[in-house]
Amino acid sequence: MWPIFHKFGSPPWLYAIAGSILRWLLPITLLALVTGAVWGLLFTQPERIQGNSYRIIYIHVPAAVVALAGYYVMALAGAVSLIWRMKMADVAMKAAAPVGAAFTFIALVTGAVWGKPTWGTWWVWDARITSMLILFFLYLGVVALYEAFDNKEAASKACAVLSLVGTVNIPIIYKSVDWWYALHQGATIKFTGESSIHSSMLWPLLLMIGAFYALFTCCLLLNMRAELLQRESRTQWVKKLVTKAGSP
Amino acid sequence: MTAPGAGAFCARLLRRQLLLAVRRPVEIGNPLLFFAMVVALFPLGLGPAQDTLAGFASGVLWITALLSNLLTSDAVFRSDFEDGSLEQLLLAPQPLFLSVLAYIGAHWLTTGLLLALVSPVFAMMLNLSASALGALVASLLIGTALLSLIGGIGASLTVGLKRGGMLISLLILPLYMPVLIFGSAAVQAAVGGFPAGPYLAILGAMLCLAIALAPLAMAAGLRISIDA
Repeated sequence: MWPIFHKFGSPPWLYAIAGSILRWLLPITLLALVTGAVWGLLFTQPERIQGNSYRIIYIHVPAAVVALAGYYVMALAGAVSLIWRMKMADVAMKAAAPVGAAFTFIALVTGAVWGKPTWGTWWVWDARITSMLILFFLYLGVVALYEAFDNKEAASKACAVLSLVGTVNIPIIYKSVDWWYALHQGATIKFTGESSIHSSMLWPLLLMIGAFYALFTCCLLLNMRAELLQRESRTQWVKKLVTKAGSP
Repeated sequence: MTAPGAGAFCARLLRRQLLLAVRRPVEIGNPLLFFAMVVALFPLGLGPAQDTLAGFASGVLWITALLSNLLTSDAVFRSDFEDGSLEQLLLAPQPLFLSVLAYIGAHWLTTGLLLALVSPVFAMMLNLSASALGALVASLLIGTALLSLIGGIGASLTVGLKRGGMLISLLILPLYMPVLIFGSAAVQAAVGGFPAGPYLAILGAMLCLAIALAPLAMAAGLRISIDA
């Protein structure tokens, strides 16, 4: 296990491995996204009450699921970088923040678009929507804190602490707004017991959730590669890489 | 000379912070003045009708207390960071966990405690029903301590930055939200004739959690800020 652990500390190795993962993950992601979207948008039954408007579920739910999971990816990477001083973990943490914020934003916007025909309004101060909005603020707080430091090593550590504080807070925020006001429907997909969504709608939804996880991973890896190049811009391996790519 | 024990050290630190605050009474008065002025903005913005004000009073008082706490949080560690005494504190053999608690304790005693004690005056100006005054003071007493602890985390992370003021709000306002929800719910419950106890109990539970965990984050934040 330890050799692998040490390799993660090596930027050129990580850059290369991220590249080779992307080479097969990107096509799979695109295929899954297209299949899931076509299946969900064209080949499922319209919903009994909401008609066709419910179909935005195939974007909204996966984005929301991944947005929440992304915060834990960021916090976990932050914890790894604080505890084991693993430099590449801070690259992952720094890269996860804007990607997570983007997914949260997608979930909020698609939620608003879905809310208009079903609830008759773009925005309601409902528990889940509010907690997603707070999650969005938490992500942006991490981005803002990172940008405020000149010393990027300190910036990563500070962001790691902040994201861990946020992790403790997320369940509290979630519970508190839940008590505060609830209009949004509860969870419909359950691992134990029967889901309250019909199986013909469930399968494309699960495919889309998988596709969004893959999309998140792709964005994360791309962002990490960009960050690695930027941080290591003065080193030999980056110079070699750039001159090789530049020469005909 | 032997180094004082952790408890004695903490008590001295608390006394020092309180003395520093008392010697500059304007700094203690400023957050209260801010509180008074912002409370005065609401009737100007919402209209002076007594019923409207009574409906908004619990939220207005809580949000104002929160903002006043937010503005003072930035300064908790700043002067000691600038004159280098914070660096000495990090080198001291006494646990940083307790030292930061002393800082936060002093901050709360000079801001939150006083604010909670004067809040009934402003509550009456906003026509909050008299039956809710007890819940207001109790929720502010617990809640402002919680806000000071959370604000301390933001302060510890941003103390080394030149322009920390705006940033600290962006970092800690999302973390303040649960406190606001339960604090203002406690007052609203009392206005409606329901017991405020459950909400206060939750605030108390959150305070226990924050006392246990926030100093860890603050200690880590201070070490990062000093290193940077």
